[in-house]
Amino acid sequence: MSNKAAIELKNITKTFGSVVANKDVSLTVNRGEILSILGENGSGKTTLMNMISGIYFPDSGQIYIDGEPVLIRSPKDAFDYKIGMIHQHFKLVDVFSATENIILGLKSKEKFSIKEAAKKVAEISNKYGFEIDPAKKIYEMSVSEKQTVEIIKVLYRGADILILDEPTAVLTPQETQKLFSVLRRMRDDGKAIIIITHKLHEVLSLSDRVAVLRKGEYIGTVETAATNESELTEMMVGKKISLNIERSEPKNVADRLVVNGLDCINRDGVKVLDDVSFTARSGEILGIAGIAGSGQRELLEAIAGLQKVDSGEIYYNNPKTKATDNLRDKTPMQIRELGVRLSFVPEDRLGMGLVGDMDIVDNMMLRSYRKGKSMFLERKAPKDLAMRIIEDLEVVTPNENTPVRRLSGGNVQKVLVGREIAASPTVLMAAYPVRGLDINSSYTIYNLLNNQKEKGVAVIFVGEDLDVLIELCDRILVIGGGRVTGIVDGRTASKEEIGLLMTKSAKGEGDE
Amino acid sequence: MVNTKKAKAQLFHIVKREPLAWYYALLIRAAAIVLALIVSAVVITLLTEKNPIEVYASMINGAFGSSLRIWSLLQNIAILLCVSLAVTPAFKMRFWNCGAEGQVLVGGLATVSVMMFLGDKLPTPVLFLVMLIASVLAGVIWAVLPAVTKALWNTNETLFTLMMNYVAIQLVAFFLKTFVKNGSGVLSPMPQYGLPLLFGKAYLLNIVIVAILTVLVYIYLKYTKQGYEISVVGQSENTAKYIGINVKKVIVRTLVVSGALCGIAGLLIVGATNHTISTDTVGGRGFTAIMVSWLAKFNPIFMVFTTFLIVFLEKGSQQISTDFRIPNAISDIVTGIILFFVIGCEFFLQYKIVFAKSGKENA
Repeated sequence: MSNKAAIELKNITKTFGSVVANKDVSLTVNRGEILSILGENGSGKTTLMNMISGIYFPDSGQIYIDGEPVLIRSPKDAFDYKIGMIHQHFKLVDVFSATENIILGLKSKEKFSIKEAAKKVAEISNKYGFEIDPAKKIYEMSVSEKQTVEIIKVLYRGADILILDEPTAVLTPQETQKLFSVLRRMRDDGKAIIIITHKLHEVLSLSDRVAVLRKGEYIGTVETAATNESELTEMMVGKKISLNIERSEPKNVADRLVVNGLDCINRDGVKVLDDVSFTARSGEILGIAGIAGSGQRELLEAIAGLQKVDSGEIYYNNPKTKATDNLRDKTPMQIRELGVRLSFVPEDRLGMGLVGDMDIVDNMMLRSYRKGKSMFLERKAPKDLAMRIIEDLEVVTPNENTPVRRLSGGNVQKVLVGREIAASPTVLMAAYPVRGLDINSSYTIYNLLNNQKEKGVAVIFVGEDLDVLIELCDRILVIGGGRVTGIVDGRTASKEEIGLLMTKSAKGEGDE
Repeated sequence: MVNTKKAKAQLFHIVKREPLAWYYALLIRAAAIVLALIVSAVVITLLTEKNPIEVYASMINGAFGSSLRIWSLLQNIAILLCVSLAVTPAFKMRFWNCGAEGQVLVGGLATVSVMMFLGDKLPTPVLFLVMLIASVLAGVIWAVLPAVTKALWNTNETLFTLMMNYVAIQLVAFFLKTFVKNGSGVLSPMPQYGLPLLFGKAYLLNIVIVAILTVLVYIYLKYTKQGYEISVVGQSENTAKYIGINVKKVIVRTLVVSGALCGIAGLLIVGATNHTISTDTVGGRGFTAIMVSWLAKFNPIFMVFTTFLIVFLEKGSQQISTDFRIPNAISDIVTGIILFFVIGCEFFLQYKIVFAKSGKENA
């Protein structure tokens, strides 16, 4: 079956308003092949795949399956053509078991037997090497197990063209390796596999061929064996860029923020932070690594005064007054009144850090509008700040009166980080500051964080890309299930070491 | 393979469009009104066999036909605009205040009570001051109760404010039953205690006060720190907390403003216009105001135009009912059609419809 085009796209174009998501894209995927679709955020990878899986319909162009022209107008059509897509966000029912989720929505004329279904699930698992307990409920599963259920779900339905949208974004390095070996086995079985990613090393280690998209346009397809990271980056970005982060030695290090035995219990009674202790030092970048949802958000919000703390202390050593203040149970307002210059770039940029419908000037004002006794707003200083940030950080915007919602992800982030840095903080916390940003913007942000570090700011950086964390951070705190599972030196740590620490608490749960 | 269905591709799909230039947006709105007039004309001709041009002429006549009608139009605009101004700060904060009806009514009740019981006991300027304070206070109480419970226990403000309307209506009914001695339930007007006439014109005072309020509310929302906080809380409560805004305080404070403005509307209706009260004094303006405010996207200056549109339609349709002796329902249909087009065109300001290109292969 190999080397036969399973699916072929010809001149596919899709626009949303004036935004061209895909322009004249043509590519082929053969049976028995893994094709990576590589491109930066916003390059149109997901849109393209959504057209194959029937979520969108192309404005023009034609899709062929096994050489036949087809029309895919709904996910059901896609399913009829044996196309299965595994989305970034899982679509599973929490209180159902793996098997129940897999068979959900299937129509069958014969009498239905859940035992038969479970048997078939087990067969599929054995064939490709999945590790799954068919009777386990979804809410008891880890992210990687949920993903396995999603993959088996499409296989169960007979899919032989599989599309995976950034499947490794939520996985540890170990889980990623496991997924890759499963995918390779499926390829050897003659399935056509498309994987969307922006991680270069994954592309190189997994796929047979790589198709590159840039700003909606199809740049080309290369054989993986005949390419390398810098060539792919150039195709992806359109110009040569260096992928090095300069890490200076920390200077004038002093303990700035001392967190001691922090416990947090959320509204559902789940302990989201469990005895978290660490120190953030001035002139240093402290990285925080962990599987998404391990307590990173709660930790930063607890420090910022946005999350109720159940026990533990947060001490801040004020470099000016030499006083030590406890920030626990203080509101953001009270923290500021103590003279703590704490800046926070939250994960949810438009829902928390900024107001989407307000323009750049009014968003600058968020931090400073209270200044002065007058009941009226003073827009002059925020406007100057907005102009300065637009110029210094090269924010692409028609003008300073454009609502930030209309800016691209990278520009939104520049506005937010710019504002937070403009407050000349002593502690700067940034949660996933480069998520969704293109490579150029990402490096702009890394440089900004590095500059802050050199100015003596205690930088706390929550990241998801372990390669970046290792390159950028001086120390890396690893968090797993709300607990600190280790603090490693960024200069000597390996990805595998951090990966193991990330899953440590999950495995250790049984010992308690 | 399975490619047996040669089904048609989608005929059209809907896409969000880039923000339009203001003149283009204006053009679409104008086109919507023209279209609405044409459709209404067809409906009028079909249902009543009247000449639609004459019907429209009668509408205009109803609104502007005499100086009395113009004054009445302006007066109605002033009152509706005042209530609309009142609900705007709350709605801008995404606090669904559906209780303007009740808040205005208690404001009016407070006014009428002061007129009735203190009218002959207080010197005139003091009486007016007491009327103002009483009406504002009443409106504030009616608005703040749901705000406080929302701030403290996150109760549903829509239900609470709606229920407060019924309480207000029953209070007025009780007041009339108790204090109208002849048992008719109709309180005879007390113009002797009413607010003064400005230059001898019956409605001028209302119009001037509301004009000033319009400018004040515009400035409050756009140029003050409190107005800024309202926008932030309305857009994103998380952002508000993140920058240290006390969200509970802002909710309560904004509803004080909203309630106070409702109280003033009550004062204007009762103290300066009707000089009496009934359970129907507010006449649904508390709800119409919500539409006015939304249509104007919470901008007090635009609200002058949306109020005009609604009051004009109301006056015009009353006129065609009497002129042509057609049932009220017909004029309601015309009003409905026009509003449908005006509101519906907002969709086309944000989205456009793209038709699939014909002659697509294999389609």
